Amino acid sequence: MSILVDKHTKIICQGITGKSGLFHSQQCRAYAQQWRPGEDVFVGGVTPGKGGTQVDDFHIFNTVEEARAKTGANCSLIFVPPPFAADAILEAADAGIELIVAITEGVPVLDMARVAKSLQGSKSRLIGPNCPGVITPAIAKIGIMPGYIHKPGPVGLISKSGTLTYEATWQLGNVGLGQSTAVGIGGDPIIGTTFMELLDMFEQDPATEAMLMIGEIGGDLEIRAAEHIKKYIKKPVAGFIAGQTAPPGKRMGHAGAIISGGGGTAEEKMAALEAAGVVVARSPADMGVAVQRAIAARK
Amino acid sequence: MKIHEYQAKQLLASAGVTVPKGIVAKTPDEAATAFEQLGGAIAVVKSQIHAGGRGKGRFKEHPQQGGVVLVKSSAEAKEVAARMLGNTLVTIQTGDEGKVVNTLLVEQGLKIARELYLGCVVDRAAAGPILIVSTEGGMDIEEVAHSHPEKIIHEPFDVVFGLNSFQARKLAFRLGLEGNALKNAEKFFRQVCRFFLDHDCSMTEINPLVVTEDGDLLVLDAKVTFDDNALFRHQDLLSLRDLSEEQPSEVQAQKSGLSYVKLDGDLGCLVNGAGLAMSTMDLIKLHGGEPANFLDVGGGANVDQVTEAFRIILADPNVKGILVNIFGGIMKCDTIVTALLSAYDNIGIKVPLVVRLEGTNVELARKMLAESGKKITTGINLTDAAQKAVAAIKV
Repeated sequence: MSILVDKHTKIICQGITGKSGLFHSQQCRAYAQQWRPGEDVFVGGVTPGKGGTQVDDFHIFNTVEEARAKTGANCSLIFVPPPFAADAILEAADAGIELIVAITEGVPVLDMARVAKSLQGSKSRLIGPNCPGVITPAIAKIGIMPGYIHKPGPVGLISKSGTLTYEATWQLGNVGLGQSTAVGIGGDPIIGTTFMELLDMFEQDPATEAMLMIGEIGGDLEIRAAEHIKKYIKKPVAGFIAGQTAPPGKRMGHAGAIISGGGGTAEEKMAALEAAGVVVARSPADMGVAVQRAIAARK
Repeated sequence: MKIHEYQAKQLLASAGVTVPKGIVAKTPDEAATAFEQLGGAIAVVKSQIHAGGRGKGRFKEHPQQGGVVLVKSSAEAKEVAARMLGNTLVTIQTGDEGKVVNTLLVEQGLKIARELYLGCVVDRAAAGPILIVSTEGGMDIEEVAHSHPEKIIHEPFDVVFGLNSFQARKLAFRLGLEGNALKNAEKFFRQVCRFFLDHDCSMTEINPLVVTEDGDLLVLDAKVTFDDNALFRHQDLLSLRDLSEEQPSEVQAQKSGLSYVKLDGDLGCLVNGAGLAMSTMDLIKLHGGEPANFLDVGGGANVDQVTEAFRIILADPNVKGILVNIFGGIMKCDTIVTALLSAYDNIGIKVPLVVRLEGTNVELARKMLAESGKKITTGINLTDAAQKAVAAIKV
């Protein structure tokens, strides 16, 4: 088992005719073919005005609605440029796509506020934007992560960051732990899915034995997650917070990674997680070991 | 993107928000003329820099001179302006180096009855915009939030429709406004929220918001920042950027598509990915070093960008060594090493360089490094690399 992505996931890409969109669609298709040869997992793409054509054997459709109707797609990977990304997310939701994974970095925050409002009560789940995507190892990869570093296993991984997630995955591999599913939730101030919802899903997932959550400075998602863990999460959780040395008031790369008004520091987040029984890695080199410790402590 | 107070007030005024009469002055003579044009018995001369704390700030060249002062004649306005313009104002937010004042705002004096606080930001938890008001105007709102959280009122508003009239009235009543002030507040609050949405602001803060004896509401001080990601649809705002207020190396990095923040330490770092870059800083600190910067070369860095990244790190005179930390994903390690070696040749790196590589094509990349004949130390993992880098600059 896994969360979000399984054998029934059929993927299309919005923005497939762009350079990144095509490259990563090819990578995702190759990943699926490697593990599930002969199955149709990546079923096409959408670029308005290019419907009916083909790009590298991908069928192109003008709208998501059409792509869904003709391919049965239930998941969309979004590479549309920032000015049009919010519209692309809304189009996917309108077409009834269940899982929307928005990779695009640089979406205006008020656009995301409009998206968040529109998606209230919707059946679609948005992951991102500004994220590496979702992977269920050996089943399907919907994102830009290097597939080969992910091995199937018992750890549910949730992270705000890209390369730091790869680092964590690598460290997990070094201690013999794979992932049930790894989810990059994104580093923007407003994102579709947060730690709390994913922790709940992993808690319910029989294949997941422990969770690793990787947060960073800015906002209070990690603190709310800590409160949630204390109340509802029984499985072992390990954590890491990036930005212990970041100065206040400066944006550290990600739009959301900024300590403002004295709030959102790494220190307060780590303290909240520890108070909730999470094994917190103080060093980014100890993320894999922290998961091992969290699992050992519960046995 | 931040803008100056005078620019914020001009924009707010054109959006229908009431601001005091004010005139921009760039010379002492212009300040004197401004005083006369305003025609009052008093005026306020305000230094225009992006940092806050200007009133309590002092000029390096004139330690008695504050950054915001009340003047009673055009002659006095001229004298004060002469002490401010071209000189360096140090405030609690500028750091010891201070900021050079190039522009003044000369503003009419007001008969102030009350000072309130008003701010609009995007609230992450509510996933939308929020209006914050308080009776404690003119204070540091973060301190108020800490010491008297009950004095801060939060009101989320709709990202499309803005603040509704009933919401504005509710807030005005809770602030204890009456008569004219109550009527004016409804319009004022709604227009500020509209301004926030229409301009894709990250923050619009009016502190203090002044209520005059006549019940007028006016913007006494304003801080406006825009969402950098939305500037593509506000080309008219780009001209308001004042590059002299920004760290030159950060501006240079931005032009090259790099994300760079200068810090105070002496160990430079070059990393791919924002999360890993932050973590690398943390790692340096954990092992007894001090990071000189945050630098994310991004996911698709090429030779030019990596070269530029080295150039920017090395331009910082504090930098005694560099730690390169790359986790190759889609970006292959050998591509990074090619860029790194080329940058090494182009720039001539003279400080110790410690490189830690992991991920796609790492074996090939390590071989290339080893065969390059360059004095580059490799770290076998994160901890090893950080320890070696910190040790290398302590010698």
